Amino acid sequence: MEKVLTRNIEPGKAPTDMAAYEANGGYQGLRKAMLGMSPLECREVVSASNLRGRGGAGFPTGMKWSFVPMDDKCTPGHKYLVCNADEMEPGAFKDRLLMEYDPHQLIEGMILSAYCIGADLSYIFIRGEYVVAIERLREALDECYAKGYLGDNILGSGFKLDMYVHPSAGRYICGEETALINALEGKRANPRAKPPFPQVSGLWGRPTIVNNVETLCNIPHIIDRGADWFKSLGVGEDAGTKMFGVSGRVKTPGCWELPMGTPIREILENHAGGMQDGLQLKGFLPGGGSTDFLTQDHLDLAMDYNVIGKAGSRMGTGTMIILDDQTCPVGMVLNLIRFFAHESCGFCTPCRDGLPWTRQVLEDIEQGRGKTEDLDTLEYQINYIGAIGNTHCALAPGAMEPLQSALKYFREDFERHISGGCCPYHSGKGA
Amino acid sequence: MSNAKMIQSDISSVLTRQEMAEIDHELEHIPYKSGAAIDALKIVQAGRGWVSDESLQAIAKYLDMSSEELEGVATFYNLIYRRPVGEKVILFCDSVSCWIGGCDSIKQTISDTLGVDYGETTDDNRYTLLPVPCLGACDRAPVMMVGDDLITHLDDNKISEIFSSNKSGVQS
Repeated sequence: MEKVLTRNIEPGKAPTDMAAYEANGGYQGLRKAMLGMSPLECREVVSASNLRGRGGAGFPTGMKWSFVPMDDKCTPGHKYLVCNADEMEPGAFKDRLLMEYDPHQLIEGMILSAYCIGADLSYIFIRGEYVVAIERLREALDECYAKGYLGDNILGSGFKLDMYVHPSAGRYICGEETALINALEGKRANPRAKPPFPQVSGLWGRPTIVNNVETLCNIPHIIDRGADWFKSLGVGEDAGTKMFGVSGRVKTPGCWELPMGTPIREILENHAGGMQDGLQLKGFLPGGGSTDFLTQDHLDLAMDYNVIGKAGSRMGTGTMIILDDQTCPVGMVLNLIRFFAHESCGFCTPCRDGLPWTRQVLEDIEQGRGKTEDLDTLEYQINYIGAIGNTHCALAPGAMEPLQSALKYFREDFERHISGGCCPYHSGKGA
Repeated sequence: MSNAKMIQSDISSVLTRQEMAEIDHELEHIPYKSGAAIDALKIVQAGRGWVSDESLQAIAKYLDMSSEELEGVATFYNLIYRRPVGEKVILFCDSVSCWIGGCDSIKQTISDTLGVDYGETTDDNRYTLLPVPCLGACDRAPVMMVGDDLITHLDDNKISEIFSSNKSGVQS
């Protein structure tokens, strides 16, 4: 398979600087666009490529951009492109790799994306703990300004763009795009009501696009090599390649670039090396902590947005978390719910009060104090908190996804905790 | 002395010239002063380790915000410290992949070795232990950060190596 996003990334190889990036075809997409393509032409290529957002929701990137008012339809003032580099989804570890080892690929993608929507200011909103990525991105930005790839009149095209690295001060909710915008404005990161959508009224009330790191990293290649080439990379129904990851007790956990539509079994067995000796696969979250469990029965599914969706889960970030047969599913779900309860921004009641209640019920069950009616309480929470529209944003409904599917697939485990009055796994991991 | 001048002198007795210059630098691309709230908190914390009441009030005045509003911002974010922390903060990942990898027992080892639980600072003021959302290194779980260093594949031996009292630095 042709490596696209990771063509400059190899184990043991130094991170790519400007010279190394350009020596391997870097900034060709930028040259092509600046010297001969209009923003509209670039946008049409991206739309035709069928690129879908890699942050989790899978929304078509070209369509997202199409809502940004252009030219005389836009009131005078700034437009913003923001890179969401706030990777904090439990079990997600793909954007770190892309930023630490090939920062210029992201920056080129951002310059091109800003060109497509007519943005003149751009921010890389990155979690503060990613100190290595922050440093390398800043060095790369300096190299870009020195080369004239950023600043006024980029490559003589008349296009102007400034770019800043903005390290965040924390909190998972900043990954929600309107919460991220509030954080960029120096406020508490409560998500905003939509509409208005950020494309029309985002940062400082101006048109704003927020895209994930991996999404943006695809743009230079799509502009350089075209939509048809990009579509041909996928082996299923979706276009391009994807960073897939596996964590949990497998032989070789890691992150690999593979074609969209790669079967789950191939990722697990060929790349992650299968389960560690003595362990069996019990289930897995296909795309991070806020996706529904799938099981052994789903291993032959293709990692495509709609295929995983039809199976009752989500592709999410494409970074899978494996549950083995000696790890307690109740304990795992409790860990996730504890995370989401802690990370609730506190703005709406179902999330702020409902998640701690759910956590308490799960703690009782895990610690052997559970009652049969607790399962009804959990079902009630799933139906109430899990319904989009009852909460201000998608955090709490996302939190319910692993819980509802755990109750579906591993109900016996919950019942054994309750009937036996203790955790049957005795894993020693505590609760 | 006019009121405005009094406020100005208040601020400059707390914030250093360097801190104010760094905040001004951020303000160059921010249309409203309060928009630099988080940046300003981070700038002050970078030099002082944490944000005291006095610092917070001075920043609020400098950005024309109420100190209550700035407090609401400061306490929202887990990487802004409103209490003193040790020389290095341990950000311990307790999210799902690290949990599967046995982080609960490693956290216990850290607590036993250093004599601190979450939110506490060691008696010698070297370390503060805090939990942190998934650090995005799940293929190398369990992981934590000590200061700016990411430390992966944690086990009890590694913990005792890192925190044995004779070591001056952190090994990864």
